[in-house]
Amino acid sequence: MSFLDLKNVTKIYPNGTKAVHETSLSVDEGEFMVFVGPSGCGKSTLLRMVAGLEDITEGDINLDGQLINEVDPSERDIAMVFQNYALYPHMNVYNNLAYGLKNRGIDKETIEQKVNDAAKLLQISDFLQRKPSMLSGGQRQRVAMGRAIVRNPKIFLFDEPLSNLDAKLRIQMRLEIKKLQQKVGVTSIFVTHDQVEAMTLADRLAVINNGIIEQLGTPIEIYNNPESLFVAGFIGSPQMNFLDANLNNKTLSAENFEIKNIDSDYNGEVTLGIRPEHLIESENGLINLKVELVEQLGSDNLVYGQIKNIKDFCYRSPGNQTIKKGDTLSLNIEENKYYIFDKNTGKRVNQI
Amino acid sequence: MKIKPLQIVAHIILIIGVLLMVLPIWISFASSTHENVSILTEGMRFTLGDQFSRNYNEVLNEKGGWSEEVTAAKMFINSFIMALGIATLKVAISAMSAYALVYYRFKLAVPIFWLIFITLLVPLEVRIFPSYKIVSDLGLTNSYTGLILPLVASATATFFFRQFYKTIPDELLESAKLDGANAWSFFIDFLVPLSKTMIAAMFIFMFVYGYSQYLWPLIMTTAEEYWTVVMGMKIIYTESYEGVALPRTAERFAYIILSMIPPVLVVVFLQKWFIKGLIQTEK
Repeated sequence: MSFLDLKNVTKIYPNGTKAVHETSLSVDEGEFMVFVGPSGCGKSTLLRMVAGLEDITEGDINLDGQLINEVDPSERDIAMVFQNYALYPHMNVYNNLAYGLKNRGIDKETIEQKVNDAAKLLQISDFLQRKPSMLSGGQRQRVAMGRAIVRNPKIFLFDEPLSNLDAKLRIQMRLEIKKLQQKVGVTSIFVTHDQVEAMTLADRLAVINNGIIEQLGTPIEIYNNPESLFVAGFIGSPQMNFLDANLNNKTLSAENFEIKNIDSDYNGEVTLGIRPEHLIESENGLINLKVELVEQLGSDNLVYGQIKNIKDFCYRSPGNQTIKKGDTLSLNIEENKYYIFDKNTGKRVNQI
Repeated sequence: MKIKPLQIVAHIILIIGVLLMVLPIWISFASSTHENVSILTEGMRFTLGDQFSRNYNEVLNEKGGWSEEVTAAKMFINSFIMALGIATLKVAISAMSAYALVYYRFKLAVPIFWLIFITLLVPLEVRIFPSYKIVSDLGLTNSYTGLILPLVASATATFFFRQFYKTIPDELLESAKLDGANAWSFFIDFLVPLSKTMIAAMFIFMFVYGYSQYLWPLIMTTAEEYWTVVMGMKIIYTESYEGVALPRTAERFAYIILSMIPPVLVVVFLQKWFIKGLIQTEK
């Protein structure tokens, strides 16, 4: 059994809403697990069940070999960082960090040492006497993390902790969280709706949709090998392009091109997915893209255009190219870099 | 700086208001420093007289009442005990009941809250006979407990605390839970410090309320040692009328002035908190 083990966990709210469907998942000790999904997909509910803030309707949660379904949150030895940080507004930073330790009956000298160590680690030693209202967003974030670290819990839970920060700070804190987790080595679960955050932080990633884990794997596995239409669309930025097509006798026919020798025995209506970064310009390419808009990012360009009736088809071109509105580009798909999904079920039907 | 006409009008209104508030107090104070004879012959005074120390000394130290036992000083102590007891208990009880109503999600919380709220429609004066019956059956007449206990439940304060607790984000409770706080420590370590300005404001309200109670102590107490200041105002000098002696108007005024001091002091010392409690919440 692994460190944290969820077995067939289900959450049904009193009003009948089913937020989480029979989810099973295990997290190894020291692992950084990220739950990613659109808002309302049940990822936070799942996290809150681990924390003990939501009751478990069905299923079992084991932490460190102990069944914790009925264990009070305060007894679970879990620390959580909330979206709005939930710092204690009437206590200074020192007491914010020390409060959990005091409740555990730890003596004063030990508390002081632990708080000072955590403060040093997070570079908040200078603000220990300040109230949270006198701190900036980034500093509050650190205090919230400090409150988690100082207790040395079995597991860290992060509930979208970066979404209240501005873009630059978010990237900086993302790095710091990752570094910190590697340094402290605590098992962590991080909930986010931001796929970039998910990709960069995770050791393993659980993509959740409608209360079900759609796919579980390392970020690169999920990026390279999305098993469903939802995962393919959710992971990757800019989003994967989707085209309607038909698959018959290993031949894929889209509106104005065909691909032969597809590695799939599926016949019927499918959705073809191509990532913008998997297209290359070449003469006599499969796809003719009529350019409508170019976003210049410096390092590369995002080219949006039209293929016959399909709008907003995206192609990522190298930054040194000059492409103008009205150009027509001839594009090929990199070898085997296309994804074919069953149009009805959304399941992948080809192998890479 | 240019003064706008509107500001002048506003200030005139405010000044009139202040005069209306202050003048009666000033007249009382000025009159309390004259001799009884001169008030009787010349009416109330706007200027200070020369009998200040004599009148106030007499009020504080003279033994009055039917038994000639009770002094104004004793009544002040009684009033203070009663007001302090009522204010403290009212704040404590309403804060706790609001805590229960907001944080314990039982089905009857809302109906119970409205039931408490409805009691605002039934002031003490309306339920005074049943209340008296209960207190006297419990043998609590002529005691501080009897003076305080029937007045300690407060719908107003419960309402204010409930509204305040509802604005505290749930994450604070959840975070505290994960930090090992139990129901009691969440109340003491979080809600009480967070609502301290509100507690101060409620305390002032309730102190003044308790201090100015008239009917209840009048009915409750037959022993003079439990008389309070406000009821004493009516009673203490009545015997003077019966003989040929002069009405002791100056002493009455002195007594009134003295009786105003404790609530004024409470307001003065707590007003910083009081205003904070009304206009802002520390979150």
